[in-house]
Amino acid sequence: MASVMEIYQLLPKTNCKECGKSTCMAFAVDLLSRKLKVEDCLPLVREGKYKASYEKLSGMVTPVEDVTETGLIVHADKCIGCGNCVVACPVNVAADPMGAGSGKAPTCDRVILKVEDGVVKAANVQECRRFGENKILCVACIDTCPTKAIEFV
Amino acid sequence: MDNDNYVCTGCALLCDDIDVGLENGKVAKVHTACRKGFAFMKGCSNPLECTVDGKKTDVDSAIREAAEILRNAERPLIFGHANSSSGAQKRAIGIARKINGYIDDTSSFCQGPMVEAILEGKLKTCTLDDVRHKADVIVYWGADPANSHPRHMSRYSYFPRGKERQRGWEEDRTAICIDVRKSDTAEICGESGLYQIPVKGDVEFMDALVSALSGKIPKTSYDFDKKRLLELASILKKAKFGVIFAGLGMVYALDDREPLYRLMDKLNSVSNFHLIPMAGHYNMRGFNQILFEETGYINRVKFNGAEILHGPEYSVVEALRKKAVDAALVIGADPLTSLPRSVVRHLEEIPLITIDPCQTLTSVKAKVTIPCALVGVESGGTAVRMDGVEIGLKQIVETDRLSDEEVMIRISEAL
Repeated sequence: MASVMEIYQLLPKTNCKECGKSTCMAFAVDLLSRKLKVEDCLPLVREGKYKASYEKLSGMVTPVEDVTETGLIVHADKCIGCGNCVVACPVNVAADPMGAGSGKAPTCDRVILKVEDGVVKAANVQECRRFGENKILCVACIDTCPTKAIEFV
Repeated sequence: MDNDNYVCTGCALLCDDIDVGLENGKVAKVHTACRKGFAFMKGCSNPLECTVDGKKTDVDSAIREAAEILRNAERPLIFGHANSSSGAQKRAIGIARKINGYIDDTSSFCQGPMVEAILEGKLKTCTLDDVRHKADVIVYWGADPANSHPRHMSRYSYFPRGKERQRGWEEDRTAICIDVRKSDTAEICGESGLYQIPVKGDVEFMDALVSALSGKIPKTSYDFDKKRLLELASILKKAKFGVIFAGLGMVYALDDREPLYRLMDKLNSVSNFHLIPMAGHYNMRGFNQILFEETGYINRVKFNGAEILHGPEYSVVEALRKKAVDAALVIGADPLTSLPRSVVRHLEEIPLITIDPCQTLTSVKAKVTIPCALVGVESGGTAVRMDGVEIGLKQIVETDRLSDEEVMIRISEAL
């Protein structure tokens, strides 16, 4: 997952305000949370000297179609369905200790992540520990993914 | 576990918690299986046709032709077996015995040495369920389960919680990866868990580990950080239930198994270590066990009347390279894809019979092709998991194709 600083380093850093944001750093933050697109930075697209950075950024900040309402993205093309996240997710373990929490098929409907047709699917995302009132920065599913297929925006 | 679940035959893990959704008598939705298993269970995109000399025919005449080829051959080879049910494997051994043929399987150039040592009782082993419930130190040596067996880490070895490992990967388990490159598995083991060694550096690393475990200074010609080696030794020493998953990387790096025996003996004198071979195809170990029970050898066998010959010269690679065979039956394998062309060229020159659910490179070159049902999806049976546990397979969908066991029975009868 790309960081704000990594994105910022690739931007023109001129604070030209053409995108409507006051600084390039503010643009980087919004780009990371997918509120803006890479193409919203006009100098980056227009000027030849930023071509390499533009291409790199486009690869780094991939567009997402299926963002869940809480911002959890599963990149289906990268996912191999190994189920590491299913076992590691603390909510899954609490909801289904003998099934998903023990490496077996989920046996209850309250799990967040489960594998379907060889790819991880998210459900009940409102239960995720990253959201809600007592949110914490849980990274269990991201850390355990061998192909970096899970992202939060 | 309830009995409604099916078994995935995508790899030697034989995951038995798969749920499927059917549509028009075909597998449409697969729950819990990994991407590899899902692709396998959906069936082949190019099913094999029943042909003789490239012309479509019925199964009866194809089987008659196959029997004719085997009967007329003086030194036939029966090869494959890694992707066929235990029943079909037993029949294949019966046929080889009847026609005085060579019989070998993919373990001959794969995990054969490890399975042999385990069956002969020279290496301590355990089951994957033991690993889930007890293991605290897990070593992936020359193996990359994140790619080869996607559910290995999540279902058995690293992530799940077990009876004696209630906190799973977070606190109760340590994963170590010894490999020549930073594989996807190494990513999960982390910086401190990866011990990157040069190609063919395994033997020296094993001996250095033995020294470290004996309290001596570990030396390697490639100057591996001695501090890290001593750290690794102390992790291994503290293990209550350790397991080494031996991948092909380790198997290919060892010229003989002595360094591994030395390491395992040392490990077991200071702690408690087991070894499980990372078999690839779902029933390779099954074939090894059946042949071992019948002949005392796991592969590379030639029947000669009552006499049983065994040795490297009877392996599929040597037999083909020296052009020692004059006909071949390939079942549940694709040697034209998995072996170098210089070795398999001879297969194209002799009468070749292929039995497989899908079209393969081998089937394209075959004189006789006989389609069979996809085991675990279109037909049932049994298979042996990588740790030696027998798993029953269930039929999911109906098919009019014969199962691989039925094909072998019919060929045997025709002989």
